[in-house]
Amino acid sequence: MRSRNIRHATIAAMAATGLVLAGCASDTSTSETNTAEGTSPGEGVEGCEDLTQFGDLSGTEVNVYTSIIEPESDAHKASYEKFTECTGAEVAYEGSNQFETQLIVRVRGGNAPDIAYVPQPGLLGTLVDTGSVVPAPEPTAENVDEFWGEDWKNYGSVDDTFYAAPLGANVKSFVWYSPKMFEKEGYEVPETWDEMLELSDEIAQKGDMKPWCAGIESGEGTGWVLTDWLEDALLRDVGPETYDQWVNHEIPFDDPQVVESLDRVGGILKNSDYVNGGHGDVNSIATTTFQDGGLPIIDGNCALHRQASFYAAQWPEGTDVSENGDVFAFYLPVTNEDNGRPVLGGGEFTVAFDDRPEVQAFQTYLSSDVWANEKAEATPGGGWVSANTGLDIELLGSPIDRLSAETFQDPEAVFRFDGSDLMPSAVGAGSFWKEMTSWITGDDSEDALQNIEESWPN
Amino acid sequence: MTTTPTPEPAMVKETPGPTTGKKSASRAAREGLTSKTASGVSLVIALLWTLPTFGLLVSSFRPEREAKGNGWWNAFTDPNFTLDNYREVLGGEGDASLVTFLVNSIVITIPGVLIPITLATLAAYAFAWMKFKGRDVLFVAMFALQIVPIQVTLIPLLSLYTSPPFNLRPLAGRDAPAGGLYELWLSHAIFAMPLAIFLLHNFMREIPGELIESARVDGAGHVEIFTKIMLPLMAPAIAAFGIFQFLWVWNDLLVALVFSGPDVAPLTVKLVNLVGQRGEDWHLLSAGAFVSLVIPLAVFLGLQRYFVRGLLAGSVKG
Repeated sequence: MRSRNIRHATIAAMAATGLVLAGCASDTSTSETNTAEGTSPGEGVEGCEDLTQFGDLSGTEVNVYTSIIEPESDAHKASYEKFTECTGAEVAYEGSNQFETQLIVRVRGGNAPDIAYVPQPGLLGTLVDTGSVVPAPEPTAENVDEFWGEDWKNYGSVDDTFYAAPLGANVKSFVWYSPKMFEKEGYEVPETWDEMLELSDEIAQKGDMKPWCAGIESGEGTGWVLTDWLEDALLRDVGPETYDQWVNHEIPFDDPQVVESLDRVGGILKNSDYVNGGHGDVNSIATTTFQDGGLPIIDGNCALHRQASFYAAQWPEGTDVSENGDVFAFYLPVTNEDNGRPVLGGGEFTVAFDDRPEVQAFQTYLSSDVWANEKAEATPGGGWVSANTGLDIELLGSPIDRLSAETFQDPEAVFRFDGSDLMPSAVGAGSFWKEMTSWITGDDSEDALQNIEESWPN
Repeated sequence: MTTTPTPEPAMVKETPGPTTGKKSASRAAREGLTSKTASGVSLVIALLWTLPTFGLLVSSFRPEREAKGNGWWNAFTDPNFTLDNYREVLGGEGDASLVTFLVNSIVITIPGVLIPITLATLAAYAFAWMKFKGRDVLFVAMFALQIVPIQVTLIPLLSLYTSPPFNLRPLAGRDAPAGGLYELWLSHAIFAMPLAIFLLHNFMREIPGELIESARVDGAGHVEIFTKIMLPLMAPAIAAFGIFQFLWVWNDLLVALVFSGPDVAPLTVKLVNLVGQRGEDWHLLSAGAFVSLVIPLAVFLGLQRYFVRGLLAGSVKG
């Protein structure tokens, strides 16, 4: 019989080609701006200033294809109302958790959406190679220059052409903890990595709980949690420039500096005095799901859990996630003061496959501060943040989102994208995950990194 | 002409009574075919087979916290049931409710079954009982198409739909007619045809040639033979294949993901997305699964007597 069941095709980056960061942001080329005739319905309406130049777009429709599904998609749809009010164009939204594979199929089959929210810059490179992506229009580029740092614009550019404006973002450099427990025990939020280790020792000696808990099981993506750990540690140890070289494979994957950073991570995660609070011993890290990884914090069996801002969704209903509540997060401390405050994170980018006026108008709208604030207001429960500096932090729905936005808007912050999303998929969604899983279950750092180095496609 | 073969179990009872000392034929058959161990084993297998589905059913009635917190068997020691999961998947309006997608699934599935079966029955008749040049080569080629995995055909087929040759109207893309339903029906028909023709051809071939011969002597043409002899005789086989095709189309996710637009997405597409952005809503899946299970189950129970008969359809008596 024919097999009709979908092969769980590699969900993560199908990016075969590594993205080469574009050099200088200001020279990047863009698309010509197309406009429709007539007077825009948004003429004179507050917040529509960016969009009136596109003319009257009534009766047109923009279709958007994303990986954001319910319940998070509801707030997205609500945030497009302002666009319809300003231009008259409607937005048809489609979200799928098979997005990464289906987008490639649709684009290659000639059935591309108007706009896709691409969560990996590596995938952007693959899409640009198909020749279907159109560069962003000038008004979008202007918005990005105004509201985002150059690092973000570079991630949306391929070979000096600016294609994709950043949209949402998440911070990965967070350590979750319980402010209530910290207050009760008199612990202080650590400012440096060494302070964090001292705190860990103190908690371990006390013996009530293990200081750290972690879980890396995530189906076929098992291991990605550890890639984030290593990237965060490396970014702090060697600084953003060397980190970029490592991501682009300009230095070997198993460079001695990387081994050192991995050992730094091992100092926490492979230390049986430190882990695995509420779950078991070191080996339980590999078998605990990432969703469950930090939950022992609520039960008082674990003190610290390094995980991205989106972990906020995993706390059971009724948990007070705030500065003085049951759980909250602090910025993962730096190891080397010379490297500023590096922020590891992820985010989506809006990629356009058509240059009709309504598509360009929508891409421009999404890159504006108006949209960022509309989106923040449409998400009162929290769970969304953008690195858009025009975003009014006060509008964000939850304390953790406000912390994320503050982290992004910190002038000292240096943003770097999650490296495994930028690497070729054989590594970033393959050997890197697998070897990190072997590493936590016993392999030593040199061997694991060397194996990844050998798997790097030529 | 309705000589539908039905096994008559009552017939065997007419064997001589127990006074002869020999075992009756029915008893011999029963003893030969059954044994306590075999029954026991099959019962255990049936239980094991049903257990996960049963667990799913129990889970679908448990509150979110408990479903996520511990295994479904705990529901028996600490019973706490709720309809919230069903309310959540069925409630809401438009895109939020499974009902919209249930309707889509029905609209996709019915033509997705009828089109290939109609065409395949006609083609199977031609392959089985009409003589034309190159028939065998064509049949082998048709049969060989079964080997092509559908994954290979997805992208070429999609580009054919979006930019068809000879200025035909595109079936996919921005202005797809009926929101992309035609491409779905067509794709399901295309993917089903090779196997459908092959199976129905084999069933048809089993019908004794004398029947056709005598009909022909009586002056019947191909159309009459097809409608008056073949269709009634083939009904069980067609129904059996219909069930198969129904289940394939109903459970299909791949074709739907590639070819359907957001407006005509079937239940399976919605089910996949039901788990939520980061898998936080997986407790809803059990309820969703049962909603999507109801209709195939009804179809299967309604048609299952054909299912068994269809498998025996070739064995015409006399």
